[in-house]
Amino acid sequence: MKIRKEVIKGVREICASHKGEPSPLMMILSDIQNKYGYIPLEVQEVVSEETGIPVAEIYGVVTFYAFFSVTPKGKYVIGVCLGTACYVKNSQSVIDKFCQLLKIAPGQTTEDGLFTIEAVRCIGACALAPAVNINGKVYPMVSPDKVEGIINEYRALEASN
Amino acid sequence: MERIDSPKKLQQNIEACTKAFEDKIAGKGGRRAIVVCGGTGCLANGSNDLIAELKKLIEERGLSEKVSVNHVGCFGFCSQGPFVKIFPEDTLYRMVKKDDIKRIVEEDLIGGKVVEDLLYVDPTTHEKVARQDDINFYKRQRRIALHGCSLINPDYLEESLGYDGFKALKKVLTEMTPQQVIDEVLASGLRGRGGAGFPTGRKWQFAANQVSEQKYIVCNGDEGDPGAFMDRSILEGNPFEVIEGMMIAGYAFGAKDGYFYIRAEYPVAVERVQRAIKDMEAVGLLGDNILGTGFSFRAHLRLGAGAFVCGEETALLNSIEGKRGMPRPRPPFPAIKGLWGKPTCVNNVETLAIVPYIIRVGAEEFAKIGTEKSKGTKVFALGGKINNVGLVEVPMGTTLRELIYDIGGGIPGGKKFKAIQTGGPSGGCLTAKDLDTPIDYDNLVAKGSMMGSGGAIVMDEDNCMVDVAKFYMEFICDESCGKCTPCRVGTKRLLELLTTITNGTATEKTLEDLKSLAETIKLGSLCALGQTAANPILSTMNNFPEEYEAHVKDKKCPSHVCKKLMSYVIDPAKCKKCSLCARNCPVNCIHGVPGKEPFVIDQSKCIKCGTCIIKCPFHAIEKR
Ligand SMILES: Cc1cc2nc3c(=O)[nH]c(=O)nc-3n(C[C@H](O)[C@H](O)[C@H](O)COP(=O)(O)O)c2cc1C
Ligand code: SF4
Ligand code: SF4
Ligand code: SF4
Ligand code: FES
Repeated sequence: MKIRKEVIKGVREICASHKGEPSPLMMILSDIQNKYGYIPLEVQEVVSEETGIPVAEIYGVVTFYAFFSVTPKGKYVIGVCLGTACYVKNSQSVIDKFCQLLKIAPGQTTEDGLFTIEAVRCIGACALAPAVNINGKVYPMVSPDKVEGIINEYRALEASN
Repeated sequence: MERIDSPKKLQQNIEACTKAFEDKIAGKGGRRAIVVCGGTGCLANGSNDLIAELKKLIEERGLSEKVSVNHVGCFGFCSQGPFVKIFPEDTLYRMVKKDDIKRIVEEDLIGGKVVEDLLYVDPTTHEKVARQDDINFYKRQRRIALHGCSLINPDYLEESLGYDGFKALKKVLTEMTPQQVIDEVLASGLRGRGGAGFPTGRKWQFAANQVSEQKYIVCNGDEGDPGAFMDRSILEGNPFEVIEGMMIAGYAFGAKDGYFYIRAEYPVAVERVQRAIKDMEAVGLLGDNILGTGFSFRAHLRLGAGAFVCGEETALLNSIEGKRGMPRPRPPFPAIKGLWGKPTCVNNVETLAIVPYIIRVGAEEFAKIGTEKSKGTKVFALGGKINNVGLVEVPMGTTLRELIYDIGGGIPGGKKFKAIQTGGPSGGCLTAKDLDTPIDYDNLVAKGSMMGSGGAIVMDEDNCMVDVAKFYMEFICDESCGKCTPCRVGTKRLLELLTTITNGTATEKTLEDLKSLAETIKLGSLCALGQTAANPILSTMNNFPEEYEAHVKDKKCPSHVCKKLMSYVIDPAKCKKCSLCARNCPVNCIHGVPGKEPFVIDQSKCIKCGTCIIKCPFHAIEKR
């Protein structure tokens, strides 16, 4: 995969902004993940050049933490909470329904690049269980029969763009 | 705000801010003060829209001079949110929607009349309750760690100063030696709220005994227990209190740098802590030579990246150091050799939030609350099958019955209470026979569970305990860091064994295998994640042997949860032949003739999605 020049420049800037801080790797990776959505090997190589940390070590860190991803995610990341409070209120059936309708498994992205389904562990909205988080918007008390409507909301948004 | 560079200046600021805050709450000069919940839960329920709408209408009606609007931290009663509270009357409106704002402005702010139908209704007496303190949910609570949450605007240092903030810091810097601070915390009996319950003063003493130029205090805000959200709410509701606790710790054992480690899933908490640090730096409450006393302290912020094991203190230190978050062998303990090899204390958010209170009111007062070996209060996140989902802070020694029924309002839908899980994935469950057990560290351990961070998830008769154990095991498998083979491989095997139980292929030997493997993992694991991994299984096996037996021997799931061991069946006597179920079944496995023949489910094709049972208007479908 070829990484665009601006991205490389952006990554170098992120690295530079953390110069002088003790052990900045985690913060650099968080910034990159937040800005570009994923951290492919090519980008890890740039980080290695800038920080002097071996790529192997960077790769080790990237793959350890669930928050970092080496592949791009969909435009809409559907995080279905499988934390305890949501689970005992049957959030498994909610994620099953998303998977069934979008025809992908948790962790996968639809072919059109629109949706990624993720199982997340507690987003802190336990009073609203089962909770679903889509790109930061929290849907409270989602039951399986509401799932189709939620997906359609984003399909309609796409169609109108 | 101008710089606060001497104890005298701090005192003046505290006095001025306290007066301003008290005047505001007391409604001096005919003014009113409105606070709206801005915790994550209520934000998700649109509380920001409420604030915008309030401000807009207040402006339109020319009330801006007379009425202030602020967001505050979590009210705790999350299932009734979002909240709008009006001072000085202390009227609490709940479940407020954007359309209700107009009425609050017109009827209450202008008309001076309480909007009755937005008040909380007591479910037993059916009476409307206008004041927060009169609501049962709050009556037995005592807010120490949650001090100021739901009252002060966490974005303003002035609000913190106006509500006891930094009184304790001033006291330690001007009146106490570091050793006196440690002794005070020791005398208070405070034990760590992050799980293990280690005496905080002892931990500080270890670190104080180390001779080193550089030491660190780390605030553990990773809050990994899924279903617990007290640390988040404290950080969101009163970040200053936690920073103050951190500074007091730093003063006590000689740390000049404090690190917050907060999980990335908590953006609101992160933002508020960041802002609080900035504001304190701006006035000189963080930095060099604080209040001119020679004490220097800096606060730093690091984010987690979605690994439960990073809540374990040594894994957390590795993560701050930019490494894979894998636990380190102990000893050496962090207090001897911690962050970047320097003496370090890791303390939980709630622990640090309690420290300023202990210094303010004294160890003796604090030690009056609670049980003999567990002092003070504990915040619990009540969740799951309970009416009043939310955060509650109660004295240690409160019984489970009080927690679940008096405060929690019991189980919804008239269902039967089955169990309450405490201690998260490292803990266990307590059952109806434990309802009158006073909650403290030691009692919970004696009952085969633990305090943990305070997550308390209630389960009712519809929850299958084998399934719950399996849920925790999936979580542990996902989160094991992989360093120790017994934990990495053993937990996978445990999960496989549990899966055979839930899909009906287990034999009686499976139960024995589970127990012996659980023992091996406990002995062969480096950190508490592995050491306690089997707790949810052992605890459910102990408390619900009959459920395990039903799965293993009769191949039945008594709660109809395990899909392989249950089926959906249409009762021909109740079926009105409407065909609604058949039309909604995703695999077309329901057959019948509309209006003529009752419908029947083809069990060989049914994927047990449960759609039909929701759709049938005549309750003709049941689980067996
Ligand atoms: C797997 C695991 C996860 C943990 N998660 C947390 C956590 O999320 N928050 C926390 O404060 N402590 C957590 N702990 C406990 C910490 O290791 C440590 O004991 C605690 O932060 C010390 O603070 P305290 O003495 O104030 O309780 C965890 C421990 C283990 C083994
Ligand atoms: S017990 Fe498990 S989580 Fe802990 S260090 Fe070993 S493998 Fe990692
Ligand atoms: S449970 Fe689902 S698959 Fe089975 S009959 Fe009902 S609707 Fe069809
Ligand atoms: S929806 Fe209910 S009443 Fe209608 S056909 Fe199905 S089982 Fe019978
Ligand atoms: S368990 Fe789902 S939001 Fe907390």
